[in-house]
Amino acid sequence: MGQTIAEKIFAAHLRDTPTPGNMVLDIDVVMCHEITTPIAIMDLMDKGMDRVFDPTKIKAVIDHVTPPKDSKTATQAKIMRDWARRHGIRDFFDIGRNGVCHALFPEKGFIRPGYTVIMGDSHTCTHGAFGAFAAGIGTTDLEVGILKGVCAFREPQSMLVEVTGEMPRGVVAKDIILHIIKTLTVGGATDMVMEFRGPVIEKMNMASRMTLCNMSVEAGATSGICLPDRVTAEYLWPFIGDAYDSIDAAVEDFRRWHSDADAVYAQTLSIDVSSLEPQVTFDYKPDCVRDVSDMAGTRVDQVYIGSCTNGRIEDIREAASILKGRRVADHVRGILTPATPDIYSRALDEGLIRIFMDAGFCVLNPTCGACLGMSSGVLAEGEVCASTTNRNFNGRMGKGGMVHLMSPYSAAAAAVTGEITDPRQFLD
Amino acid sequence: MKRFGGRAIFIDRSDINTDEIIPAKYLTEISKKALQPHLLEDLRLEDGSFDPASEELRQARVLVTRANFGCGSSREHAVWALEVNDINVVIAESFARIFRQNMFNCGILAVELEAADIQRLFALDGEVTIDVDLESGEVTATTSSGETVCCRFALNPFDRELVAAGGWLNYADQHY
Repeated sequence: MGQTIAEKIFAAHLRDTPTPGNMVLDIDVVMCHEITTPIAIMDLMDKGMDRVFDPTKIKAVIDHVTPPKDSKTATQAKIMRDWARRHGIRDFFDIGRNGVCHALFPEKGFIRPGYTVIMGDSHTCTHGAFGAFAAGIGTTDLEVGILKGVCAFREPQSMLVEVTGEMPRGVVAKDIILHIIKTLTVGGATDMVMEFRGPVIEKMNMASRMTLCNMSVEAGATSGICLPDRVTAEYLWPFIGDAYDSIDAAVEDFRRWHSDADAVYAQTLSIDVSSLEPQVTFDYKPDCVRDVSDMAGTRVDQVYIGSCTNGRIEDIREAASILKGRRVADHVRGILTPATPDIYSRALDEGLIRIFMDAGFCVLNPTCGACLGMSSGVLAEGEVCASTTNRNFNGRMGKGGMVHLMSPYSAAAAAVTGEITDPRQFLD
Repeated sequence: MKRFGGRAIFIDRSDINTDEIIPAKYLTEISKKALQPHLLEDLRLEDGSFDPASEELRQARVLVTRANFGCGSSREHAVWALEVNDINVVIAESFARIFRQNMFNCGILAVELEAADIQRLFALDGEVTIDVDLESGEVTATTSSGETVCCRFALNPFDRELVAAGGWLNYADQHY
């Protein structure tokens, strides 16, 4: 019987089978940020277990609230910083070099096909875009990961998500994943690895694949995953060039992780995107999704472009293509946070930051910030935000606020008109 | 094995997310105890039947709810917020994976029952006390008037080991 990519990665990392159906895996990369890690560090210290299994396999960043907004967040950052120094964790990214973890770590080449990756953050599933098994975990799992380099999972069940058709203009990966979450509901993929396949995925760049995988958790999935191919190899080439004679050789090697033709899937979902419209959420769950035309005219107070979902250079370019030569509506506050310093620099070089500033946007440093209502753009009661982020939960961006999730195109269009708007009218 | 159970609180909604269980603004705390007053602070039910400041929540030791409890953010703070309020059992039709694992990783219980059994529990009137017997795999609910409902459940064998070990850190330290 054939295996899925998830099954192959699990088999290659199996440390133990403590009980039937449960697998303890060796972990290649344990990623850490300053919201869920300091409390793990403090607990390990309390228990006399302040050790790390391998400092080269731990990657750490301060990203959620940076620079710190108050004494508590400054303390969290300090605990991380001191810990990274104490244990010789060289891949630690502090102010000036820090960015949103799920954009920063791929950019540094830390994620490779076939890897196992964990982090105390539910959007860790983003890294499945590289053909890795990447899962969000809690703090206890993180403690064990830091200490022992292992993590326990149930045997993987996979859902094949086949995406076909021609992408209409103005429709992007965010629209596809919102449509998929609507179809599956917020619990529809629980305990599943969502394997994204098909001609539309094969044509996607890594940024779009990361957007897709990023929101797989909003359908309850353990991880999203894409088969590693030439697009993956070209993205990773600066980091893997020494290991392979050519990109062709890397692509060939990556094929060993591909799901077999006779692999078994617990569920299959087929999506034809040819007639898909831009998608927007309503209400307080990410499976409450409508066509943008059904939401058009909904007034917004703030537009937020950034996050691990849509804060990459490709997203900023898309939004800028609509904002160029236009201004945000009088009543709208526009906020851009490029997800990493490198993305910020490229946006500067390409003149995109100028476009945003001329349009009347505030441009922030890279941070998770208002996506989870912690800083830098929190909503007041009764306010509405058009956002490129990933969660529209009640209170997510501030108590009493309403968040409408959408693509960078749609968010830029909402900024210009001051209400939810079909972005295609601005694209020629 | 540790005994699980006590006074039950019923929250009649599916897809309760971890932002509702403990809002992100409290994630800057570095002690679990500091979460105690904020459990379910942002949860609002459409029918107004839940009040996070109620005496009922303060006295609860078991939380009974519907499907996909604990979805969203991976924050283990959601489990700790329950734990520091002495709620060591959540009973639901289903759980989000990370929340479920976080419960067992802390050595406490996320018990899944059939939707029909959950409905039987919700149908009980008055004050309800729930006892969870891990040996027999039975949840027994008793009302103040003496009415009793008994439901069977199955625990994943590894999750059972985690409860016996007092959590995943203890287990992993012994085995790996």
